[in-house]
Amino acid sequence: MYTFLKNLDRRWIFLLMFLAVAIPILFELQFPEHPTGLAQAVFDEIEALQPGDPVLLAFDYDPASEGELGPMATTFTYHCAKKGLKMYFMALWPVGAQMIDDNIAKVIKADFPELEYGKDYVNLGYKSGYEGVIKVIVTNLRGLYTTDSYGTSIDSIPMMEGVTDIRQMKLLVNVSAGYPGTTEWVQYAITPFSKDLRMVAGCTGITAPLLYPYIPNQLPGLLGAIKGAAEYEQLVMDAYGGEKVDQKYMKARQRMGPQLIAHLLIIGLIIVANILFFMEKRKGVVR
Amino acid sequence: MKRNIPLLITAFSGLVLILAYFIPMTQSWGEVAAIWFDILASIAFILGGGNLIKLHARKMALRQAGWAYSAITLLAFALTLFIGLSKIGVSPNLQFPDMAWSGHYRESGAPFWWIYEYAFKPLTATTFSMLAFYIASAAFRAFRAKNLEAILLLGTAFIILLGRTFAGIILTSWLPDSLAGLRIENLTVEIMRVVNTAGSRAIMIGIALGVASTSLKVLLGVDRSYLGSGEE
Repeated sequence: MYTFLKNLDRRWIFLLMFLAVAIPILFELQFPEHPTGLAQAVFDEIEALQPGDPVLLAFDYDPASEGELGPMATTFTYHCAKKGLKMYFMALWPVGAQMIDDNIAKVIKADFPELEYGKDYVNLGYKSGYEGVIKVIVTNLRGLYTTDSYGTSIDSIPMMEGVTDIRQMKLLVNVSAGYPGTTEWVQYAITPFSKDLRMVAGCTGITAPLLYPYIPNQLPGLLGAIKGAAEYEQLVMDAYGGEKVDQKYMKARQRMGPQLIAHLLIIGLIIVANILFFMEKRKGVVR
Repeated sequence: MKRNIPLLITAFSGLVLILAYFIPMTQSWGEVAAIWFDILASIAFILGGGNLIKLHARKMALRQAGWAYSAITLLAFALTLFIGLSKIGVSPNLQFPDMAWSGHYRESGAPFWWIYEYAFKPLTATTFSMLAFYIASAAFRAFRAKNLEAILLLGTAFIILLGRTFAGIILTSWLPDSLAGLRIENLTVEIMRVVNTAGSRAIMIGIALGVASTSLKVLLGVDRSYLGSGEE
């Protein structure tokens, strides 16, 4: 056994990881979520808004991180639609526009057919320029956006009437997979205009630790990875989901099952590796 | 000339952006400079595309190792670019039915959408998913409690790994309310809120000082490394 573990082929580890992820997905392993303060803060920020309030939803991610960020983007869209907020979608990532399309089709068109494009929601699409875009639209939205994502002049879009900059938004919701993302929104929009703008965000697990320094002054709420998404999803569905919740609004909680088993597997592997290490140390193989 | 003009443009743009931040009446200058930057960023896509063609075409011409991958890259690039730009299979916009190109390139069901939905999306998602396998393998091979620092890191990793799942709640739910702070889910929050935030803030302050100093060097023309070596 010792020799087998010592010379363990990494393909065995890959197989174990495959099973750790596949089995909970196949058996729909799911656990209750206990929302932490940060997820509650995100929920409360949106709850505090009144119907008709404008909200900017910046979806700065791509299909690579869709598994981690997709569920929170879906829940954000659902929550805003349920609250009757006016949704302004935009993206700083080239494929972010497709992420917006997905959410509009999946949530708004499917479950809120009464909402009208141009009156209740608008897709401003992708703009190149990274933080340069934020720097401009925070004081002059029309300097960069002359059309929406589909080429329609924003002057002919009813909900764009009177919108000159994003400081008019009651809340900024950002879903971010990295650069440009939440850090840039905080640095170029929230920090210089902290009296006018408030922001909540959702991000990948790898970027979450870097965003904690902005909590709570610049960032009142933050959803870290799929765990944060699951907590927020639970809060929104408890408040608005009714008795029978659609499967698409359970994705984050469903993905917590594979995460639990995968994390336990990694812990198990580290423990086994360290037992081997100390056995070798006792034998004098390593120092 | 080749180096002096870019230096002047950089110094002037940087100065305008600094003035725009501190003097409200010059805010519109900053906006103009930033809009110019955004336009240049769009043009960078063309440069990026050109560079991609140049690098991979050279690799193919010299039959370097992996040249077949370069051929696939160039073929995929050309195909996607052609389908996207020519809007193949896209229906005209309802407002302009007579204009064949008035439809949107992302239209559902069009070939470009098909490439995104059935090639780009699964490929990028699969590549990212591979991380889970490599992380597990790396954890088994590299994570050793060799010294005090490694033990602290290992302990923190265990708490965070457990605290980000339901396992953390099950394992320490038996602790009385007076010791609630020791429950794994609460420990996770405190580690992130206190220890991680302190470390991250220190790193951020260091980075900010470095950025300020480097920016000043660039604006004053002391650091010219961004202009390249000048050699072809």
